Amino acid sequence: MKITFAQGVAMALSEALASDPNVLMIGSGFMGLSPSARDLLNPVLRDYPERIFVTPISELGLAGAAIGAAACGQRPVVDLGTGSFILEAFAQVANEAANIHYMTGGQTSVPATFYSLAGIRGAGAAQHSGRMQAMLGQVPGLQVLAPGAADDAYGLLKWALLESQNPSVFLSHSLLFDETSEIVAGAAMLPVGKARIRREGTDLSIIASSIMVARALAAADTLEREHGVSAEVVDLRTIVPLDRETIVKSVAKTGRVVIADECPLSFGVAAEVAATLAERALSHLKAPVLRLAVPDVPIPYSPPLEAELIVTAEKIAAGALRVLGR
Amino acid sequence: MPQELSLEELCRLYEQMCLIRLFEGQVQRLASTGEVPGFPHLSTGQEAVAVGVCANLSDDDMIFSSHRAHGHVIAKGSDPYAVLAEILGRQDGLCQGRGGSMHLVDAAKGVLGATGVVAGNVSLAAGAAWAAQLRGEGRIAAVFSGDGATGAGVFHETLNLASLWRLPLLLVCENNGYAEFTSREEHSNVAKVSTFAAPYAIPSRTVDGNDLLVVHEAAREAIGRVRNQEGPWLLECMTFRMAGHYVGDAQRYRSKEEMEAMKEKDPIVRLGRHLAGRGVPAQKLDGLMAGAKGRMEAIAERARKAARPDPATVLDYVYSAKLAAEEN
Repeated sequence: MKITFAQGVAMALSEALASDPNVLMIGSGFMGLSPSARDLLNPVLRDYPERIFVTPISELGLAGAAIGAAACGQRPVVDLGTGSFILEAFAQVANEAANIHYMTGGQTSVPATFYSLAGIRGAGAAQHSGRMQAMLGQVPGLQVLAPGAADDAYGLLKWALLESQNPSVFLSHSLLFDETSEIVAGAAMLPVGKARIRREGTDLSIIASSIMVARALAAADTLEREHGVSAEVVDLRTIVPLDRETIVKSVAKTGRVVIADECPLSFGVAAEVAATLAERALSHLKAPVLRLAVPDVPIPYSPPLEAELIVTAEKIAAGALRVLGR
Repeated sequence: MPQELSLEELCRLYEQMCLIRLFEGQVQRLASTGEVPGFPHLSTGQEAVAVGVCANLSDDDMIFSSHRAHGHVIAKGSDPYAVLAEILGRQDGLCQGRGGSMHLVDAAKGVLGATGVVAGNVSLAAGAAWAAQLRGEGRIAAVFSGDGATGAGVFHETLNLASLWRLPLLLVCENNGYAEFTSREEHSNVAKVSTFAAPYAIPSRTVDGNDLLVVHEAAREAIGRVRNQEGPWLLECMTFRMAGHYVGDAQRYRSKEEMEAMKEKDPIVRLGRHLAGRGVPAQKLDGLMAGAKGRMEAIAERARKAARPDPATVLDYVYSAKLAAEEN
């Protein structure tokens, strides 16, 4: 069965609510502003009104309530809206949820999920275009899930809601809502913490996550079609845990790498991947690592300015050719 | 109907207050000799609030505390040895030395959270109360915070949520007149914290927090209502921090007169006077204090000798499931 990313999110919420009475939905704006995607949630809102909470705009309070409830056996998912708004809840997410299991010597755990629509989405400007995965990756104790495909969105969100024992941040992306993939009904849960080779290749590796996966795949198509280059696309799926082994293996095979990342360049996810390669795969590299990330600048409002910053499939293909010395 | 505490029960609470006072004394002593890593915050002078509130809670009820948690945790029933061992950073501590003075948690005793972030615990307690409500457990959550917490937005967000969802939550404000080093008059035009409850449709009461009998009775009534599913309550206890914000705080911002007046308000002295007035012999009260002293001295010596955590275990407990901890 083919599903869209938005359907994957809706299915995960619906199935999790159905299979575990402890699952709670705090807020109901999971689909952002997309009317068609919002319609997908209607059955959920209709079927589980007693476990879906309409809320005031109180990110700190809601995140905290979710943490306290999670420590007492519930499995809440909090809608934090646009990716940037995790900053409004940051004190509770980063300084309470992430630390509690450690600080208590393992006495309590916090299986809460913080959901947000990350990414540059088109005229969101500086305050509605947040990509916080690198910042969140600096918080030990959090799991950071950044799927780039519909089936992974479904699998990771369902896992976070039903199985995870730790606080998770699930980064959805409004520009991914219409991406489709096949899912097999009743298939086993995906192995969380494992990257996925989305396309095999031999000439270079493109490492990506979230929205960058679709663009990396498009770039790989172009590279093959127009330049006869065989690119391998590695989809990280989770930023924490980061599957360093798969990254290193892929680059050991291809010897060349482009890291595509929607975070600001400095101290980003791409930087962590590059550092891993420097430590573990330097002898395999036939060319320097190339990071393609967003320049270190607040995201501007005006479309031509915003477009200037976006890491597109074209930029990835061009970068790959540079790494290949062409 | 008010239930008169029996003399025997009152003596037990007196003893508990003495134990907390002496516990804090040991912490102060050990801190001054450099044996306490970090910067502990003492609750000396505020014992009546911890004891008066916790005496009305059942073992299943949950408490959340703050950076000034020692008294609350002991009053809720945690083993003072494990509390002191934690403050000393030892493996025998409540949290195996991972939390320390500001992060005392004893899940088995319903002590679910102390957080070093002012007001950071209020929303967590609301969440615990929420879970109890959803699960129909009949237990409640109580959260201790100082008046300083009212300056934080999350305090107000949580009052709104707790009222909206009618959570079984008791908010206990220990108004000791200081937000860290700043007096209430300097940080807010709102003298009483209970003033903040009414706008959120939460009932509240302000009481003398240095009178065990008053605190106990007010807490009994509030907890009864919270447990009766009437929604949250805010109990403000006007109290006095006899010690500084942290051990080593010279308190230059407090006048001599203020420090002198404080002695008259000492909750242990006041309860002692009450008990004496009701015919409890002085030697019995002295005996309770002496017994607590001996007990605390033994605990301190044992805790000082307790093993330190093995550095090889430093990465334990970052994640609770193996899956995510398996870095590759």
